[in-house]
Amino acid sequence: MIVDEGTVVLGIETSCDETAASVVMGGSDVLSSVVSTSIEQHVPFGGVVPEIASRAHVELLAPVIAQAIAEAGIADSRIDAVAATIGPGLIGALLVGVAAAKSLALVWDVPFIGVNHLEAHLYAGLLEDPTLGLPLVVLLVSGGHTMLVEMRGHGQYRLLGETIDDAAGEAFDKVARFLGLGYPGGPAIDREAQHGDPTAIAFPRAIPESLDFSFSGLKTSVMNHVRKHPDVVTADVAASFQMAVVDSLVLKARRAAREVGAKGLALGGGVAANSLLRERWQAACDEDGIRAFVPSRAMCTDNAAMIAATGWHRLRSDGPTSLDCGAYPGLRLPLVQS
Amino acid sequence: MITLGIETATQVVSVALGGDDGVLGVVEIMQGRRHAEILTPAIEFVCRQARIAVTDIAAIGVDIGPGLFTGMRVGIASAKAMAQALDVALVGISSLDLVAFPLRHTSKVIASVIDARKGEVFYAFYLPSPGGVQRVSEPRAGSIDDFNADVMARGQDVLAVGDGAHRYRDEFDKGTEVADLAHPSAATLVHLARARALRSDVVASDRTSAGLDDVHPLYLRAPDAQINWTTR
Ligand SMILES: [Zn+2]
Repeated sequence: MIVDEGTVVLGIETSCDETAASVVMGGSDVLSSVVSTSIEQHVPFGGVVPEIASRAHVELLAPVIAQAIAEAGIADSRIDAVAATIGPGLIGALLVGVAAAKSLALVWDVPFIGVNHLEAHLYAGLLEDPTLGLPLVVLLVSGGHTMLVEMRGHGQYRLLGETIDDAAGEAFDKVARFLGLGYPGGPAIDREAQHGDPTAIAFPRAIPESLDFSFSGLKTSVMNHVRKHPDVVTADVAASFQMAVVDSLVLKARRAAREVGAKGLALGGGVAANSLLRERWQAACDEDGIRAFVPSRAMCTDNAAMIAATGWHRLRSDGPTSLDCGAYPGLRLPLVQS
Repeated sequence: MITLGIETATQVVSVALGGDDGVLGVVEIMQGRRHAEILTPAIEFVCRQARIAVTDIAAIGVDIGPGLFTGMRVGIASAKAMAQALDVALVGISSLDLVAFPLRHTSKVIASVIDARKGEVFYAFYLPSPGGVQRVSEPRAGSIDDFNADVMARGQDVLAVGDGAHRYRDEFDKGTEVADLAHPSAATLVHLARARALRSDVVASDRTSAGLDDVHPLYLRAPDAQINWTTR
């Protein structure tokens, strides 16, 4: 089949707690993007509970798909392919989206495309700002991932650095829980830090020599500090912790961009919603004279527009995915050898 | 009326097509927990071999469990998506009903027993009734001791059926006999779903009235609240 500017892809995303569907034309024209989340149900547990997420997807997916098609204002017969996240993510959650997507593809007699969720996050920047030039360095920071990736071309990725322990979002969640700020931790710390002094406590920064990240030592020193100084102002701890995380993220991303001669530095994933990180990202890029990409808030969370867009690119380069495809919770980003 | 049956609540993936004169085709595949991989190709295969276009399907029946949660969800998500895309009626039927139905000619009390893992079973009791079976207890999850106690309380000999009955037959009390059938069949599902679709007139007029919102998994168990940091 010919994949071109008029090719319409329905994307489906169910890898974690967001149930999402989106219709995208030509890989970049977002006709609709609907996201529903089960986050409220996970709050009492302080983290995403896989079985609860999977149950929610079964209830939410059909109405979310119907809404995405309705909002796109197109007939079912205009949909040329169906893409769904096949990994990485929670196995039970992924399977709901994969099963639904394959069924739709079968009934409509159109290709199914299995999409790598990490690759989709890399495409989020190009989806919102198609004028971004390549090579691009993307920092993907979420509850499950912290990775620095060089995007040389479509499907050409090189891993420059990643976390050796906790993901950045996970560190936010754990520290927020320790400070009694609730879940999800990212927004909670962000809010608390607004009225704290980020220079109050000198928490340790990153491993200096590499582009890898480590947050578990930072988390431990936050806990030790609070135990040693029970009277410390929580807002100061939150602000100092947030500053330490953002410092190391920005420092390494800048260095990576310099090393590979990137034209731009793009931010992606749930932690990209952090207000300090967004501010510092833009400032760092301005200073270094490269393009900055800071995603809209909607593009920070998991969504299906990035799945549909990536599906369009994958369909064009690789063709359809077989209908005996499953879900792959530990799926890695496809990398080129450097 | 061409009816598709989707059965993925136990280890077996089973798909059947039925028409006005009975079953047109059945595929059953025992491949452990690969429901998602197998299901769509199996539907495609059974349609092609029965020379039925997927778009000729006019009603869909799906096993809503209880059973393997992941398997149930794969079946229900597929069935909902197909019913949505085809704009046809969707009928959900319990796995307990499905394993009891083939024993409708017995004179005993039927116990549908589905393996619930963790040393437990999902079960319910049925009595034969004209043309089928009638459920006479609430479906529940319980230990084998719970099951034996419920059988004892009924004071009648019981014919147990289902993968749970097969797995735990040695732990059942004396008066409980075990029938051959272990897994729900999609052919039975087609039969029951078709009858219900015709009877209750659940013909879809638009996407929200197609029965989609009425079909929910029957878990019979609260979610295991374990947080998984690493795969998030
Ligand atoms: Zn994500």
